Amino acid sequence: MKPRHQRLALVGAGLAALALGAWLILSAFRQNLVFFFTPTQVVAGDAPRGRAFRLGGMVEQGSLQRASGNAAGRFVVTDLARRVPVSYRGILPDLFKEGKGVVSQGRLGADGVFIADEVLAKHDENYMPPEAAFALKQAENAR
Amino acid sequence: MIPELGNFAVMLALCVALVLGVLPLAGAARGHGGWMALARPAAAAQALLVAFAFGCLVTSFMVNDFSVAYVAAHSNSTLPLHFRIAASWGGHEGSLLLWILILAAWTGAVALFSRELPQAMAARVLGVMGLIAVGFISFLLFTSNPFERLLPAALDGRDLNPLLQDPGMIFHPPLLYLGYVGFSVAFAFAVAALLGGQLDARWARWSRPWTLVAWLFLTLGIFLGSFWAYYELGWGGWWFWDAVENASFMPWLVGTALIHSLAVTEKRGSFKNWTVLLAILAFSLSLLGTFLVRSGVLTSVHAFATDPERGLFILVFLTIVIGGSLLLFAWRAPSVGLGGRFAVFSRELALLLNNVLLAVAAATVLLGTLYPLILDALGLGKISVGPPYFESVFVPLMVPLLVLLGVGPFVRWKEAEPAGVARSLRWVAAATLGLVAAGAVTLRYSAGVALGLGLATWILLATGWHLWQQVAGRDWLRRWAGLPRSYTGMLVAHAGIAVFVVGVTLVKGWEVSADVSLQVGQSATLGGHTFRFASMDYVKGPNYLAARGQFEVSVDGRYVGSLVPEKRVFTVQNMPMTEAAIDRGFTRDLYLALGERTDPLTWVVRIQHKPFVGWIWAGCLFMAAGGALAALDKRYRARRSVQVRLPVHAELGHA
Repeated sequence: MKPRHQRLALVGAGLAALALGAWLILSAFRQNLVFFFTPTQVVAGDAPRGRAFRLGGMVEQGSLQRASGNAAGRFVVTDLARRVPVSYRGILPDLFKEGKGVVSQGRLGADGVFIADEVLAKHDENYMPPEAAFALKQAENAR
Repeated sequence: MIPELGNFAVMLALCVALVLGVLPLAGAARGHGGWMALARPAAAAQALLVAFAFGCLVTSFMVNDFSVAYVAAHSNSTLPLHFRIAASWGGHEGSLLLWILILAAWTGAVALFSRELPQAMAARVLGVMGLIAVGFISFLLFTSNPFERLLPAALDGRDLNPLLQDPGMIFHPPLLYLGYVGFSVAFAFAVAALLGGQLDARWARWSRPWTLVAWLFLTLGIFLGSFWAYYELGWGGWWFWDAVENASFMPWLVGTALIHSLAVTEKRGSFKNWTVLLAILAFSLSLLGTFLVRSGVLTSVHAFATDPERGLFILVFLTIVIGGSLLLFAWRAPSVGLGGRFAVFSRELALLLNNVLLAVAAATVLLGTLYPLILDALGLGKISVGPPYFESVFVPLMVPLLVLLGVGPFVRWKEAEPAGVARSLRWVAAATLGLVAAGAVTLRYSAGVALGLGLATWILLATGWHLWQQVAGRDWLRRWAGLPRSYTGMLVAHAGIAVFVVGVTLVKGWEVSADVSLQVGQSATLGGHTFRFASMDYVKGPNYLAARGQFEVSVDGRYVGSLVPEKRVFTVQNMPMTEAAIDRGFTRDLYLALGERTDPLTWVVRIQHKPFVGWIWAGCLFMAAGGALAALDKRYRARRSVQVRLPVHAELGHA
């Protein structure tokens, strides 16, 4: 092979590798997008079944229940229009509080209970997660 | 009075920055020596003025001057002194002033240590940094002034966010900013080279040490942030692919590519265009990071305030800097040229692959970080991109890079023999495969763990073998001492990557974690360790109340230590905080965090056994040490008049 051919082959191989890489990246990207839904959307059946998504809103006053003896807990996320019960195993973040904003990630069970793998709260007392604020505003606008 | 002095100093600094950003550049364009000569004194004056202003802000914090709005919002009279000082950068305005202070310090350092640069070059570099300072100081003065007064004065402050009341707060932001802002030097060198049309090996030699130092500070800053999140957030994670972490990781990836590409430009005069582009991108990504973190578009502990005006200002500034420098690049790059030619199989090719892989990795992180924000800004829905995306993309990109890392140093510059390289490495490859197979039989680990440990072994053996080839012989000690520091630095940094890979692999592969509900007196067992909940006390700290648990840890009935986690409530902001208890070890950390109390004697706790987690941070420290060694190489300190003779190892390449 002449050097020029060699270089051409190399450039070609490089481009092919880049194309393959781009395809892999984009397909991984599509598979791992997590969409956000408000309680109203979840109750209306807009949220996907069998695929993880994020649910945001406010923790309903008086809804947090802790089973004694294990780390399981239940609470209700509301946008003040609709409510979705959430179950979660494990410790909750420090700033998780009834009446405050919360975002949780997980899947919707067949019984309509949202099974959260992850519960995110804010880092600052005066700061509402934008997603939670968004959910409350959507519900208010709809009213 | 003190805040007014600080404010005045910032205004003066803006004037000086304007002079620095305009006259030396104009002087360099028109060959006006007097204007160019202004650059150094202006840089020094700017540094002193900004340092004075910063001193004023720190003083206001130290004396609890709650008539200053920013102090009242981020401090409290009960806050210990060292945290009051760190609180200076605990909010948006002060951290911006810290950014400016560090920019002024870098500019001053360039003015001080650039005596051997041609006058026009030095004037352009300092002028570009002056322009950046103009942007940031106006941002501070017009949208986020930390010296604004509060009328009437507050009786006491609202306290520093309890999450930030930690030694990490003292070191993490300054180190990270030293890294971020340090890339402005590489950026200024690149723009100066484009403006002047002078881009050669000497140029690369000038900008290399600055880039290395910035890179090492960024490495340390990211390391501290990760280390801090690990023990402070109470979750035991060390990297979350959070947008703010990504914001610091993207410049790191591009900066890593840059220090390798600079090596090629210095040694061989190749990759000139590409090096300049990387320097522009590294600093652009630093600015993007600042925008993401400071504009409030992200949900994070780093997002202090959501003020659309601020976000808009940074966005406009970002567009001008990135757009302007890329336009300049498009216009001038053809005249710079690509530089020296090289054969298909050569060190240059290895480093080119390194650069491509790192740049693609940075692009994937950029995609995952920006896409949700853009979609949201356009009102197309709210989505998030989680760790699964980053992990599934990042690992396949890093595997070839790590394999290449072992090979690269064995490949000669300009033209190499594939067969020769294969011959040098065959025993290393055989030993790696043998060790992984032996490990698989004895430890029965998963494919992922085998891959990670195999790559780490490969890097360590190849690096060690390369060193051995340089020093083997009777007078090995003398040879060892005679190795150029940039070469030793490379070995140390590469070994650091291996150590880091071991840590990541084993934490990912072998960690065990459980959230359990425990009553005082009960025990839980995890990873061979038994944790007995011995007691719970309630104590009072300077500005918090805490529930303090006592957990006794034993292995097979033998007591090995105790863990004392706390749950604190900070009284000023009524904010709860978890203080995890960690028993650190060479091969594992035991991590215990209190969750919430479900009845007076029962607590939900999270227990984690994390093998080799400390190696992650040890690896980062090795990398930073490698960067320091390389930056301290003799040839960067050589005056022009002194002819430096590189020792016999010149053929190593100092990459």
